[in-house]
Amino acid sequence: MGLLQPETGLLFWMLLSFIVVFVILAKYGFPVITKMVEERRVFVEKSLEAAKEAKAQLDNIKTESEALLQSAREEQMKILNEAAAAKERIISQAKNEASIEAQKQLDEAKRQIQLEKEAAVREVRSQIALLSIGIAEKVIRNKLEDAPSQMSMINRMLDEMPDMKQS
Amino acid sequence: MNKLRHIAVCLCLLLFGSFTAHAEELPEGEDTDVKEIVFEHLGDSYEWHITTWGKTHVSIPLPVIVRSRTGHWDVFLSSRFKHGEESYNGYYIAKEGPYAGKIVEQVNGEEIRPIDISITKTVLALLLNSLILVCIILGVAHWYKKRKVENAAPGGFVGAMEMFIMMIHDDLIKSCVGKDYKRFAPYLLTVFFFIFINNLMGLIPIFPGGANVTGNIAITLVLALCTFFAVNLFGTREYWKEIFWPEVPTWLKCPVPMMPAIELVGIFTKPFALMIRLFANMMAGHAVILSLTCLVFVTVSMGKAVNISMTGVSVLFCIFMNLLELLVAFIQAYVFTMLSAVFIGLARVKHHKTTEEAEI
Repeated sequence: MGLLQPETGLLFWMLLSFIVVFVILAKYGFPVITKMVEERRVFVEKSLEAAKEAKAQLDNIKTESEALLQSAREEQMKILNEAAAAKERIISQAKNEASIEAQKQLDEAKRQIQLEKEAAVREVRSQIALLSIGIAEKVIRNKLEDAPSQMSMINRMLDEMPDMKQS
Repeated sequence: MNKLRHIAVCLCLLLFGSFTAHAEELPEGEDTDVKEIVFEHLGDSYEWHITTWGKTHVSIPLPVIVRSRTGHWDVFLSSRFKHGEESYNGYYIAKEGPYAGKIVEQVNGEEIRPIDISITKTVLALLLNSLILVCIILGVAHWYKKRKVENAAPGGFVGAMEMFIMMIHDDLIKSCVGKDYKRFAPYLLTVFFFIFINNLMGLIPIFPGGANVTGNIAITLVLALCTFFAVNLFGTREYWKEIFWPEVPTWLKCPVPMMPAIELVGIFTKPFALMIRLFANMMAGHAVILSLTCLVFVTVSMGKAVNISMTGVSVLFCIFMNLLELLVAFIQAYVFTMLSAVFIGLARVKHHKTTEEAEI
């Protein structure tokens, strides 16, 4: 059958055109495309790798900063607590001291008052004694006009003397 | 919805076109010779016949290049033959005999075939398709030459071509050839796109396409031969050893070289199968579509009702077959390339240790 017999002319042209097409495409066509695509693949892979690394680094930095922030916050808390405690302490101490001081002053004042009072009492006593002596003198001068009464008086006084000494 | 409407419009046009065609083309009282029409298309011709309008043939004349027995070259246009009716310069197109449809010359009363490298219909289609292919691939390659790796990947047509090329390159060539696929990738890619573009162009029914290129045995023969040489010229020592001294029981190869003989035949049957597969598939596709189209004209004599209904059937089947052929165009190119890649991969075997050797 005619269809199964290859024509010489067609064989010739087919061989020629196929070889020409092959040479052109194998030289300037496909290798350019496949090479570029392979290169791009490598490039994309590399970029992905780099991006992954960068992301990891970023994550690292983030966690680090987070930790830093956390520790800073804790530090701040601690400092604040300490400050508050110190304030408490200082205030209480001051209060204590103040109260002690006040007590002391009060005591001092009390003592002073006591002393003053005692002194005043002593003064008053001596004054009273002096006054009473004066009064007594005047009374005695009036009363001691007769001898017997003088004597009884002296005796009573003498009797009273040891009591005075004792008290 | 829009698409559906388009399809409906196309269908109507096709139906209408079929009717007008039959009105114009079929002379009264003449039967349609389907076999002749189909074989005329499947075979080659010296002119590119486009249509016949009444009695005038509309066709593109093609250059005839022949070398006569006397040893000089003749170059002239095929229009000199007046569609095969006249002879020119001693050459004429044989009407019958072993050289029917070919240019012959008379020497001593005998029809003799001169050396004929005319640009026939198939050759012109082949050259056009090759040109289109080279333009497309170089156009795509040009895009890459202007750009650097860091640029964005291409979009549009270049992107689609890149995807296509890389699909063949990665899925087919890389996985079938094996380690040194880079050496064979340009050849296999060329084969694939060469077959694919010729198949596709064969499906376009008007001038630049429509020729039965890959359905011609000479074309597939050259392609198969190229694969044959690619396989056997680059075969490793291990490949040849497995052919002439395969690892089978000695009685199968020693006194009577049975296995080597089978293997040796296998070398030739592989590319032969490639050649026949592509040729038969593409030829059959063209033949079926043509026969279905001829159904319209064959049924004219059976009355109007039959003719109209059969026209509808014919158009529907033609659309179906064209879609199928679109698939086949890809599949056949794919299969040819894949089998070539597999054969090359098999011929590139390295010495592999058998289990016994490994145990020792």
